[in-house]
Amino acid sequence: MAYFEYQNIFTQVQVQGPPEMGMDNENRMAQERTTTASFSTLIGWVGNAQLGPIYLGWAGAVSLATGVLWLNIVGLNMLAQVGWSIPEFIRQLFWLALEPPGPEHGLRMPPLNDGGWYIIASFFLLVSVMTWWLRVYLLAVDHKMGKHIAWAFLSAIWLFLVLGLFRPILMGSWSEAVPYGIFPHLDWTTAFSIRYGNLYYNPFHCLSIVFLYGSTLLFAMHGATILAVTRFGGDRELEQIYDRGTASERAALFWRWTMGFNATMEGIHRWAWWFAVLTPITGGIGILLTGTVVDNWFLWAVEHNFAPEYLEPYGYEAYGSYESFIGQEAAQ
Amino acid sequence: MTIRPKWYDQWNKDNPTGLKGLVILLGTTGAAIFAAILVIGLGQPFPTHSMQTGPRGTAMYVPEFAADLRTGDPTVADYYTDEPFVPEPGEDLAGDIYENVQVLGGLTDANFNRLMNAMTLWVAPDQGCAYCHAGAAEGEYASDDLYTKIVARSMLQMTQNINQNWDIHVNANTQIGVTCYTCHRGRNVPNNIWFRISPVNEAMAGWSANQNRVTMTSNFTSLPSDYLETYLLDYERISVHDLEPRVQNLPGDPLIQQAERTYAFMNYISNSLGVNCTFCHNSRAFYDGAQVTPQWSTASLGIQMVQELNEVYLIPLGDVYPPKRLGPVHADPPLVACRTCHQGYQRPMEGLNVIQNWPELASTSGEYDYSAFNEVAPE
Repeated sequence: MAYFEYQNIFTQVQVQGPPEMGMDNENRMAQERTTTASFSTLIGWVGNAQLGPIYLGWAGAVSLATGVLWLNIVGLNMLAQVGWSIPEFIRQLFWLALEPPGPEHGLRMPPLNDGGWYIIASFFLLVSVMTWWLRVYLLAVDHKMGKHIAWAFLSAIWLFLVLGLFRPILMGSWSEAVPYGIFPHLDWTTAFSIRYGNLYYNPFHCLSIVFLYGSTLLFAMHGATILAVTRFGGDRELEQIYDRGTASERAALFWRWTMGFNATMEGIHRWAWWFAVLTPITGGIGILLTGTVVDNWFLWAVEHNFAPEYLEPYGYEAYGSYESFIGQEAAQ
Repeated sequence: MTIRPKWYDQWNKDNPTGLKGLVILLGTTGAAIFAAILVIGLGQPFPTHSMQTGPRGTAMYVPEFAADLRTGDPTVADYYTDEPFVPEPGEDLAGDIYENVQVLGGLTDANFNRLMNAMTLWVAPDQGCAYCHAGAAEGEYASDDLYTKIVARSMLQMTQNINQNWDIHVNANTQIGVTCYTCHRGRNVPNNIWFRISPVNEAMAGWSANQNRVTMTSNFTSLPSDYLETYLLDYERISVHDLEPRVQNLPGDPLIQQAERTYAFMNYISNSLGVNCTFCHNSRAFYDGAQVTPQWSTASLGIQMVQELNEVYLIPLGDVYPPKRLGPVHADPPLVACRTCHQGYQRPMEGLNVIQNWPELASTSGEYDYSAFNEVAPE
């Protein structure tokens, strides 16, 4: 194989044969697992070619059912808004939303057509997300794994709960929650930042961005490093953690000679985990403080002396003329 | 001739090299280098110009495509204008010559007919005099039978009011003024009037009912569609922020909802004027009066101006219009806002001075200032 065939964004080597149905040695692990499996060349390009079996569990079943209820309540509300017209529903899908109640309702149950359905849908979404988390946790227990995935998922749930539950309660109104809609939730995000005097001056927002961008950087560095030493067996990371070989040594030396410092084959995954987890944790803290503790982040930044002052004048008259901008200076 | 050892040719023959990958690599690299040379040599294919509006480091500027700036506003070329006839002392006035002249009675006959002709070209170039004057074919102009004449009379008063009392907005930087053409641009009904359309969502009430739909009013965003009526008809205060880092929030303080509605209104103003946020604001602190441009003040006055125009001139015409001229949802009269005049430009018609030749439209007093024209036409 030439290098350009080998260094491909798709998995080049697929294994397809008798399906691997997984272990069932204790904890009645197979009891709530489906019993069939198939193979797909398509998914083999991006991962393992085997599809199934899948463990659902009671928590997974509850999660799927309530999640489907949430999705249907949102969708049917959108459909009602366009007069039950399927073409309009498709055309305006990105604009439509199920909105939280108006501020006049506070924390009371509003009428169904003014946020009531939003409250009901949100309850189902809460149950759905929490039971899915429980399923992740229980599956890890069954498999005698660490709970790293569950805690990482919980950090995302923390931000979700701050936005939709904790902050609205602290603010005393469900109208503070985020609408369920593609463009509308983006409108909410912008309006939230502007309302509270520019979220870019919120230090926890800054931290969240650091960890978010840091996560992408670490992910790119690690992914590239492992791919680069796969030819020496670097993709067998677990073995390399316990018993460092050529791949691990080369990867480590590459970074040590690039920037003086290198993570270890095990430690790099702690770096990545913490960066990813701290992104929603710090972001959630920033959101929770907004409107509850700090009401104008720009003025807060002025108060703490980190918003710069500009002495040059405002207005285009100080820098040029409208006539020259539109190219009609000669005519004037 | 080069002499190669036989083993070299033999080895190459036994180990053929696939060229496909090399060709793809060289082709891609070559094409990228070629494109880069084109851009560097011939320049950016879609060049832009920027108008700086604030201190360096704040990213305050209004960008435009150079091609758009070259094209300009196509309606400018069709603007009809004509210098006035300077009145002689003792000339008969239109109010004395014609019946039922309620607004322009103080004009001389020549100027009166000059303005009537201009109004026809500005508003009803296809229909002519008969668009407003029911008996025009028989030479009968006095009758008020057509609603268009009632509306035109009110619009004349409105135009005079704008030019005289809102001079600070319409002549903010340099004399521009307004005439009928500023809104009408040769059409019976101006393109950029607005009607109330809220609620836009079926089966919903309150905050859920007025947004999240593709409408002309929402400028195709999912922001609320009720901002024009809220701020221009109900006079709700445009207020988004707290003016201290920490405040005790009280009922009635602005919330996310006010922020979204204000955003919709500001987006409308931006689209109407063909500018961005930083034409008026330093976007790091939208509310801060110490970080806005002079254009912010001009725009604020404009908001007050259209509030008055709708209240005094346009809403009262609701009883005069036939049903076909009323709004599709609430059968309400058509109203004005920023876009009705600006139509995508910072200054309507790119700053064309439309009022220059029309002192008759510049004053509500019935006294018209022709002094600028005395000097250019000495005896």
